Amino acid sequence: MSASTLRIALVGNPNCGKTALFNQLTGGRQKVANYAGVTVERKEGRFTAPSGRVLQILDLPGTYSFEANSPDEQITRDVCAGNYPGEAAPDLIICVADATNLRLHLRFVLEVKRLGRPVVLALNMMDTARQRGIVIDVPELQRRLGLPVVETIAVKRGGAKALIERVDGEVPTAAPAQPDDAASRADLHAQVRDILAATVAMPRATAELDDALDRWALHPVFGLLILAVVMFVVFQAVYSIGKPMTDAIGDGFGWMGVHVATLLPAGPLQSLVTDGLFGGLGTVLGFLPEILVLFLFILTLEESGYLPRAAFLLDRLMLSVGLTGRSFIPLLSSFACAIPGIMGTRSIQDPRDRLATILIAPLMTCSARLPVYALLIGAFIPIRHVFGVFNLQGIVLFSLYLAGILGAMAVGWVMKRIRGDKSEHALLMELPSYRMPKLRDVAIGLYERGGIFLKRLTGVILGLTVLMWFLSTFPSAPEGATLPAIDYSFAGYIGRGLQYIFAPIGFNWQISLALIPAFAARETAVAALATVYLVGGEAAGGLGHALAGQISLASALSLLVWFAYAPQCMSTLAVIRRETNSWRNVAISFSYMFGMAYAASFIVYQVARMLT
Amino acid sequence: MKPPVRLSELPKGAPAVVDRVHDAHAADPIAQRLRDLGFVDGEPVRVVAVGPMGGDPVLIQIGYTRFALRRAEAARVSVRSEVAA
Repeated sequence: MSASTLRIALVGNPNCGKTALFNQLTGGRQKVANYAGVTVERKEGRFTAPSGRVLQILDLPGTYSFEANSPDEQITRDVCAGNYPGEAAPDLIICVADATNLRLHLRFVLEVKRLGRPVVLALNMMDTARQRGIVIDVPELQRRLGLPVVETIAVKRGGAKALIERVDGEVPTAAPAQPDDAASRADLHAQVRDILAATVAMPRATAELDDALDRWALHPVFGLLILAVVMFVVFQAVYSIGKPMTDAIGDGFGWMGVHVATLLPAGPLQSLVTDGLFGGLGTVLGFLPEILVLFLFILTLEESGYLPRAAFLLDRLMLSVGLTGRSFIPLLSSFACAIPGIMGTRSIQDPRDRLATILIAPLMTCSARLPVYALLIGAFIPIRHVFGVFNLQGIVLFSLYLAGILGAMAVGWVMKRIRGDKSEHALLMELPSYRMPKLRDVAIGLYERGGIFLKRLTGVILGLTVLMWFLSTFPSAPEGATLPAIDYSFAGYIGRGLQYIFAPIGFNWQISLALIPAFAARETAVAALATVYLVGGEAAGGLGHALAGQISLASALSLLVWFAYAPQCMSTLAVIRRETNSWRNVAISFSYMFGMAYAASFIVYQVARMLT
Repeated sequence: MKPPVRLSELPKGAPAVVDRVHDAHAADPIAQRLRDLGFVDGEPVRVVAVGPMGGDPVLIQIGYTRFALRRAEAARVSVRSEVAA
């Protein structure tokens, strides 16, 4: 450590405004990574104090207590105590407490103080405290705690000025370390009560605004209605803002590929550039708009304090299938795309609940399945009215969505039965005060999510896309070939091999072959089918006609069900690998979905064949 | 003074104070966490809201904070209906 660098750890209860303060101090100069071997985020930033000293700040996960209940809380405890391998002990701990919630937060401040390290208390959200008429005798609080106390307003420009000045000055002397045992822990509450009685005047225990909003937001009927409206708006935005951008990016890269191709000689290199590289980039970057739009809403809802309310309303339902209320938003996001859904499970602290959510998320019907559904339904399901009002095609589409949800519930229920760990995992969820989301905090969050996706996944997905291109292109068709080139490729051979596996569920070799590129991105199944059925370039209506002539209704229904459950796409599997840090979970996801898709398609195919 | 009842059985809105948190089994981490969150003897609590499905979870106001607890979690807390001395 250089003499001029000060290592600071930022700790505090969840919802104390710690991350906003971290953003205020470090701005965009943050590095986000994971702690080695675990999937807990490690956020570090630095800034230069007026004295010229460099301050290196580690934003530790929010924690209620050093009696840690989850991996992220253990990390906070170990880093603060200087016991975390590979992480130097902090020179100074900034403990952040919400001035409107001191009954809860001061207890943790006392716990931090007992570590025997230099501590500064940042009394955050002082603006809200004043608005609510809360009066805090700061000098007396400082005297009783034996710690320097500074007031901060993390969400206001310059709101951390006093903190920076204090930190830039002399490092405060540490209180003597104290043992941590059951008796002294119980004693902390008594100390907090004494300190509060002497230093804080609180006109009301809660904010009137919170009470008023929660009367509606948590109402058994209106609460669910509000939730439904919020979700409807989010989905409308994903489809009306995100989807067109996704399509534009895909088309843009396709166009660029075609133009770059004219500069290259015809042959494998040209094909690699247009189909492999630009096609792959279009696919990968095409995920980005939907991811960003979804996270814009998720972060806004999170910052505003609404997310825990949604979790509260739905916890009972989710618990019955072995999940938690917090699983709801990630699962809902998965209806747009499983990738942001799985990335969104970071808000679930409990590792078991998080893994269960990740494993189930790909069963939600994502937007990439729609082109396949649309093609097959259009080709095979007649437009007929059922009960006078419902369109049969619509009913089939709805059933496929429902099949995904029911399948996920069944899988969750089965996982709950078969897992070894049957211990009770708590909800114990704080419902924080409602807050107006701050543009800067949402923007930094979005930038981080986008960065994680691009940095950690682009390489993998692009590599796999190029591999898929290779399989579908080589060996190339012989001179005077009459069949499409893909028939002669490795993919062609694999497709012909796979048909023996897929024959019992009604797939011929052409369909089996189309499943290979579909593994890169589901929607490419349509293009692949078009290629093998020699109708490439024609409109989808043409392909629909070709399919209807060559595939039986039973096979088509089986294929629809296959797409509802099959382990696709590989980008999703790559995200599962990244987010769980385990190939085992990828193997579990792949095999259970393969088995489930096969079984469901088998039943549908055999039953449909008997009936038709 | 009425005997303590479980927090999970407390009617919505009724004022009460915490008696103690019971361990559901030896070294119960959920009970320990409840104590750390402030469920300690003499602390006023109130049920603010209940979930739309089967009245689960329950929303508890304790101190200046609101916590959502599942019924199994709230059942670990016994409360008495007197006002804190």
